[in-house]
Amino acid sequence: MATYKLIVNKKKYKVDVDADTPVLWVLRDQLNLVGTKYGCGIAQCGACTVHLDGKAVRSCVMPVSAVQKQEITTIEGLSEKGNHPLQEAWKTHDVPQCGYCQAGQIMNAAALLASNPKPTEEEIETAMQGNICRCATYNSIKAAIQTASTK
Amino acid sequence: METTYNRRSFFKVSAVAGGGLLVGFNWLASYQSAEAAGTTQAVGTAQALADLSEINGYIQIDSKGLVTIMSANPEGGQNVKTSMPMIIAEELDVAWASVVVKQAPLNTKAFVRQVAGGSQSLRFGWKTLRLAGATAKQMLVGAAAKKWGVNPNECKVSEGIITNAKGEKISYGEIASEAAKMEVPKDVTLKNPQDFKIIGKSTTNVDIAAITQGKPLFGLDFKREGMLYAIALRPPAFGQKLEKFDATETKKIKGVKDVIQFGDKVAVIADSTWAAMKGQKALKAQWKEGTKVESTTEHDKKMLEFLAMPSDKPKRLDGDVKAAFANADKVIEKIYQAPFLPHNCLEPMNFFADVTADKADLVGPTQRPEETRKQVAALLGMKEEQVTVDMTRIGGGFGRRLMWDFALEVAEISKLAKKPIKLVFTREDDMTAGQYRPASKYKFRVAIKDKKVSAYHLTGTGTNGQNFTRENFFPAGAIDNLLMESHNLESNISVAPWRAPITNFLAFAEQAFLDEVAQEIGVDAVKFRIDLFEQAKANAQKGVKFEYDPDKSIGVIKLVAEKANWGKPQNGVYQGFSTYYSHNTYVAQVAEVVMQNNQPVIKKVICVIDCGIVVNPIAAINQSEGGIIDGIGHAMFGDLTFVDGKPQSNNFNKFRMIRMPEVPEVEIHFVPSLGDPTGLGEPTLPPVGAAVANAIFSATGKRLYNFPFAKELGIQGS
Repeated sequence: MATYKLIVNKKKYKVDVDADTPVLWVLRDQLNLVGTKYGCGIAQCGACTVHLDGKAVRSCVMPVSAVQKQEITTIEGLSEKGNHPLQEAWKTHDVPQCGYCQAGQIMNAAALLASNPKPTEEEIETAMQGNICRCATYNSIKAAIQTASTK
Repeated sequence: METTYNRRSFFKVSAVAGGGLLVGFNWLASYQSAEAAGTTQAVGTAQALADLSEINGYIQIDSKGLVTIMSANPEGGQNVKTSMPMIIAEELDVAWASVVVKQAPLNTKAFVRQVAGGSQSLRFGWKTLRLAGATAKQMLVGAAAKKWGVNPNECKVSEGIITNAKGEKISYGEIASEAAKMEVPKDVTLKNPQDFKIIGKSTTNVDIAAITQGKPLFGLDFKREGMLYAIALRPPAFGQKLEKFDATETKKIKGVKDVIQFGDKVAVIADSTWAAMKGQKALKAQWKEGTKVESTTEHDKKMLEFLAMPSDKPKRLDGDVKAAFANADKVIEKIYQAPFLPHNCLEPMNFFADVTADKADLVGPTQRPEETRKQVAALLGMKEEQVTVDMTRIGGGFGRRLMWDFALEVAEISKLAKKPIKLVFTREDDMTAGQYRPASKYKFRVAIKDKKVSAYHLTGTGTNGQNFTRENFFPAGAIDNLLMESHNLESNISVAPWRAPITNFLAFAEQAFLDEVAQEIGVDAVKFRIDLFEQAKANAQKGVKFEYDPDKSIGVIKLVAEKANWGKPQNGVYQGFSTYYSHNTYVAQVAEVVMQNNQPVIKKVICVIDCGIVVNPIAAINQSEGGIIDGIGHAMFGDLTFVDGKPQSNNFNKFRMIRMPEVPEVEIHFVPSLGDPTGLGEPTLPPVGAAVANAIFSATGKRLYNFPFAKELGIQGS
């Protein structure tokens, strides 16, 4: 065990965990930020997507010891009032079915829009292909990203 | 038309502390009475509800006019938590904005059919939810009329405000506590569907804000004080048993609290999920053969043998099949094959249990809480009253969570550990622990005489299933000489319902085969189907029995042909047609494929659905589109094989799921209807594999007979 200092959603935390503990499980089990989801544990489904200094990363394969001073943003910290343009567009398009993958979808899309505010349809597809939606809400996700990109 | 229901008193009414109205309604009893009075179409409810007990749901109106509606059914993305309360709110005549929906606990005395399965929630709930809303409304109006000293018939209601002939107004909130003292009305008038304001209007998921902000909604998010995490090691192959295990390395891992054997499994209990996962990996276990380990190659061989065998008890036999084949101009025979499939709910199986000497509290994602409670009580030797099962939101069900294996496991672990435990399946556990869509195969034979199908012979087989046919579905009724048979291949690989059980593959096989038959005969695929349904209509007049309504099938077929411009595709676009009836709903689809880099690419699916009245259009489109893309994904890529009892895929790097770049555009059309709603969670999935396969044939000249198509087409990564 070692102590790690983390900045999550602009708040500072100290956690005592093994060096190999993935950020995902630190968030979920230690910090009680359960919006970030476990889906596969091998960076294949995207449910665990968070931002590290604004870049989308798969928290299930990122050991806590690999996080230095970068700021972690989770779905809980994406916007103060839950009104990020993507969260709003998700409501407009009523995207979720079961909803389990959606935090990861939104976080991945937010990183895309941050680096490419007006992505083409093909760019959206390429950027989002690492995120599985078992309910197959893919077309609604795409439409919601397109809506948010106009805001 | 307005419908007046004469009921016995199935409603319990009471006042709420602080002033308000609480209406409990007996769901099952109102159904029975409506049926007895002949006021509702018999939809097999008596039979379907025979094993269900007494029911009450409730609506609460507080003094400020806030309406709380309990949502009884498990929510896993079917939208019942929004759509079912919409039905109550419609008849109650309140503004949707003043409604709050809460997830009800499992309570068999209060609710009926707290099940998410079979696409039946709305169909079963329709009349009762309407009656519940209408009864409460009638009492509120009655109380207002009494206060004013007027006839209730003079009063009108709009969005929770009652107005009398003089123009005086009173809100539901103001009169709610008075309404609680009213006698429950004997006759209740339901709205004319033409007047619906909430039903038929797209309404956003009630949990949308919580989902998009990452609030704890799911089973995996549930925590309780003192709870520990458990990850189990299960036999790696079906048929194997635990010989011995060594937990030395596991116990060295920080956070691991205990290692417990239960049956042929070992649970690692830890203070974090990660420690439990590491502990599971560090276990050294030896396994021995219990029952014979099985492989896909043997299953295939046995199933093909079954397809060549007659069965002692056909599922259906009409006419003289033997003679028709003997007199045929031509016989066409094809075999279709499907592998096992895991459900791959994105939220892996998990459940919480706190088992003590005299009670067991369980919490988690389940499609069938009542059965889960029964099974847990039996396992623990408790009475059902000692067991509670609370429902969280479900991160995908697809039939997997109609099973209760995970609940039994966690109950046993909690009992042995004497601790509150959250059992978590890793993705690998989830994909390898069993409960799959059964592997299955079909052989279709038709006799052709004078360019018409004179006989139809279907033989189905699969693992652990008593009937792989649907003997009352099309083409039963449409073909005079018809034989359907089924053989069960017993297997130690456990199976479960998987979205649209049986029909999820049978519909593909049948509709792909009929496309080939139409081509052989030289008839247009759409005309060929319509002719068969016309024949079914004529046969129904002669007393031939089957489940579907041929007129509704013809209706969706004609409409999809029109919407898709069937037979006149754009240059470079190839079309495929398919139609299927299941879960009381009629679906017809046209898939459009183009060729890119010498490979067929699915560009679009046009789908027409007749599911009665559409309660929540946006949710209905979501369900329908989800079913189509799910169906395409598994038809294209889904494959789970076994070698010596061991599943050959255990995570998404070895089991390919459909992803955004592979998803076609989907266009959904509903047949306008004011009829009672039918199923929608499943029926768009069964036919789509054939629509795609038939379009791929049109594009490439290659017929597809087996799932997954990617394997047959030699697509990379399959």
